[in-house]
Amino acid sequence: MPDIKSFTMNFGPQHPSAHGVLRLILELEGEVIKRADPHIGLLHRGTEKLAESKPYNQSIGYMDRLDYVSMMSNEHAYVLSIEKLLDINVPIRAKYIRVMFDEITRILNHLLWLGAHALDIGAMSVFLYAFREREDLMDCYEAVSGTRMHATYYRPGGVIKDLPLSMPKYEESKWKSKKEINKLNEAREGSLLDFIEDFCSRFPKCVDEYEALLTDNRIWKQRTVDIGIVSKERAFQLGFTGPMLRGSGVAWDLRKKQPYEIYSELDFDIPIGSNGDCYDRYLVRIEEMRQSNKIIKQCIKWLKENEGEIISDNNKITAPTRDSVKEDMESHIYHFKLFTEGYCLPEGEVYCAVEHPKGEFGITLISDGSNKPYRLKIRAPGFPHLAALNEMVRGHMISDVVAIIGTQDIVFGEIDR
Amino acid sequence: MNKSKPSNESYLKENKILRDLFKKHLDIYEYYFENNSTVVFNQDSLIEIMTTLQNNSQINFEILIDIIAIDYSDYGISEWNTGSAHNKGYSRGIKKNSSGRYTYESSKTNTNQPKKRFATIYNLLSISSNCRINIKFYCDDDDNPSLASVTSIWSSADWYEREAYDLLGIVFIGHPDLRRLLTDYGFIGHPLRKDFPLIGNVEVNYDLNKERVVYQPVTIKPRVLIPKVIRNSDDGDNEDA
Repeated sequence: MPDIKSFTMNFGPQHPSAHGVLRLILELEGEVIKRADPHIGLLHRGTEKLAESKPYNQSIGYMDRLDYVSMMSNEHAYVLSIEKLLDINVPIRAKYIRVMFDEITRILNHLLWLGAHALDIGAMSVFLYAFREREDLMDCYEAVSGTRMHATYYRPGGVIKDLPLSMPKYEESKWKSKKEINKLNEAREGSLLDFIEDFCSRFPKCVDEYEALLTDNRIWKQRTVDIGIVSKERAFQLGFTGPMLRGSGVAWDLRKKQPYEIYSELDFDIPIGSNGDCYDRYLVRIEEMRQSNKIIKQCIKWLKENEGEIISDNNKITAPTRDSVKEDMESHIYHFKLFTEGYCLPEGEVYCAVEHPKGEFGITLISDGSNKPYRLKIRAPGFPHLAALNEMVRGHMISDVVAIIGTQDIVFGEIDR
Repeated sequence: MNKSKPSNESYLKENKILRDLFKKHLDIYEYYFENNSTVVFNQDSLIEIMTTLQNNSQINFEILIDIIAIDYSDYGISEWNTGSAHNKGYSRGIKKNSSGRYTYESSKTNTNQPKKRFATIYNLLSISSNCRINIKFYCDDDDNPSLASVTSIWSSADWYEREAYDLLGIVFIGHPDLRRLLTDYGFIGHPLRKDFPLIGNVEVNYDLNKERVVYQPVTIKPRVLIPKVIRNSDDGDNEDA
C-alpha cells in the first residue's frame, strides 16, 4: 500500500452540522486539519441585484430573508440607511418599539445558536429547552406582524403597526384539555407588552437552566475551551465584529460606541471574553441574552407609560391611513403614488450599521436619485467570520471544525445573500 | 425633506482626528470628497494610502469593514421620462435598453456614467478612535478594471475582493487566490454589472433522456413591473404649501 501523507475530504453541503449549505474542502493529515477551503454561494439568491430592480419598500421583505434567524435586525439596518438619506424623523415610540424588537431578535438568534451549537457538540436537550422559549418570542413576532419569521415590520419612518392590545390565545381541542389551555393562556390574557413582560420575568431562570446544563459541564468544556483561539490582533485583521470580537477581549459594541435609535438612554453592559476561544464566546453570548432581557424590560416600562405616533406622517414616504385615503384627495394621491411608484431618494451614498446579534450588519446604499437603489451592498457579519474559518481550524482535529462552525454562528442566508 | 448638507471642509472640521490625519499623512496625495463622506484618491497610490491608514501616528483603522464595488454604467438613467409631457401624454416605462430589460442579445449602449465605469469603496473602521472613513478608487480602465489587492494589509480583504471579482469582474492584482466565490462552479459573466440581465443567461433543467442536469438559455422574458424614475425634489410639485 502506498504511504499516503495527507488527503482531502469533502464536508457538506448536506451535513447537519454545516448549518445550512456550507461545503468545506478539508486537507487532512491523519485527523489534523492542514487547510480548510469553504465553498459558499449555494444559497446565493442575488438579493443585491434584485433590490436594484425594485422600489425601496419592496426590498424590506428581502432583508428578513438574509439572516433568517434575526429578521428584524436586518430590516433595521436597511430602513436606517433609507431614513438617513431621506433625512426624515422617526417618532420616539417607534424607536423604542424597534429597539425592543431588536433585542427580542437578539434573544431569538442566540437561542437558536445555543441550541444548534450544543447539538453539534452532542448535547441534545439544550436544543429542546431553547426552542421552548423561542416559541414565545415567535408569538410576539406573529402578534405584531402576522408572521412568525419574515416580519417586514419596520418601515422607513417607523413601524407599520402599533403593538396589539391582545394576544392570540390557544383554543381547546381534543389534544388539550380546558385546564391545560387555561395554563397556556395565563400569560396571554393581557396585551403584547404584558406577555413580553411575563416572558422577561421568566427568562433569566431559563438562562440559568441552560447554564446549568453547559457552563460547568465537563464534556462541554473539553469541546470548547482552547478551541479556535483568536487573538485581539488577528480578530482586527480578520474583520471580526460582534460577539466574535468581544470574545477576544475587545469592548466594542455599536449600541454603546456609535449609538443609534435610543440605545444611549438605556442601561446595559457589554460582556467581553479574555481568551478568545469557543468557551469565551459562549459565555459572552449567554450574558448578552441576560443584557437583552434587561433592555427589553426598560423598553416595556417606557412603552407602557408613553403613547404616541409609531410612524412618520410624511405621506410621501409612509402610507396614509385607510380612512383618510377614502375621504381626502391629497391622501388618495399619496397612496396611489407610493404604491405604484414608490419614492425617490436624493442622490448620495450612505452606510448604516446596526449591532446585529452576529456582529456589525451594515447597508451601503448608493442612490442616483431614482425610486430604486442604484447599488445596495449588504455587509453581513458572518461573511468575514466564515472567511476566517481556515485560520481558526488549522491544526485542530476534524471534530473541532463542527465546534468552530458552531461558535461562529453561521447562517447562510446572510453570507450568500 | 432635504436639508442643506455640510460642505467638504465642514466634514473635516467636525472631526479633529480626521483633520489631523489628512494634514499629517494624506495631503501629499491628490484627493476630493464625494457625497460629503467618501474620499476619492487616485488608484496609483492605493497601497501606500491603505498602509498609511492602517498604521500611522494619528489614527489606526484596524478593521476593514467592507469593500463595495460599483458599476456606474447605468447611473442616472431612468426608464420613464417624468419631466415633460407632450400631446400624446407622458412617455411610458418601456425603454427597451433599460437595465431591467437587458437580455443576452441586447448590446450595451448607455454611456452616461459620471467618470469611470467601475469604482470600489473601502469602508474602514478605527476601534481605537471610534471613527469610520470611506476611501474610494475609480478604476482607470473601463474594459479591464483592476486595482491593487489589500490582502497584505487586512486579511479580511481576501473574500471581499473575491466577491468583487466574482460579481463585478474587478481584478485585484496581488491577490493570492482570486477565484469566484458566490456564483456557481463554471459560471460565466459578472452578475452585478449593469449589463448583466436580471433574468440571467442560463437556466438549469433535468433532462430525462440524458438523465442529468443540463444548462440551457433562459426561457423567461424580462419584465419591469415598476419603471425606474428619477424625480427631482426641487421640481415644485413636491413642495407642500
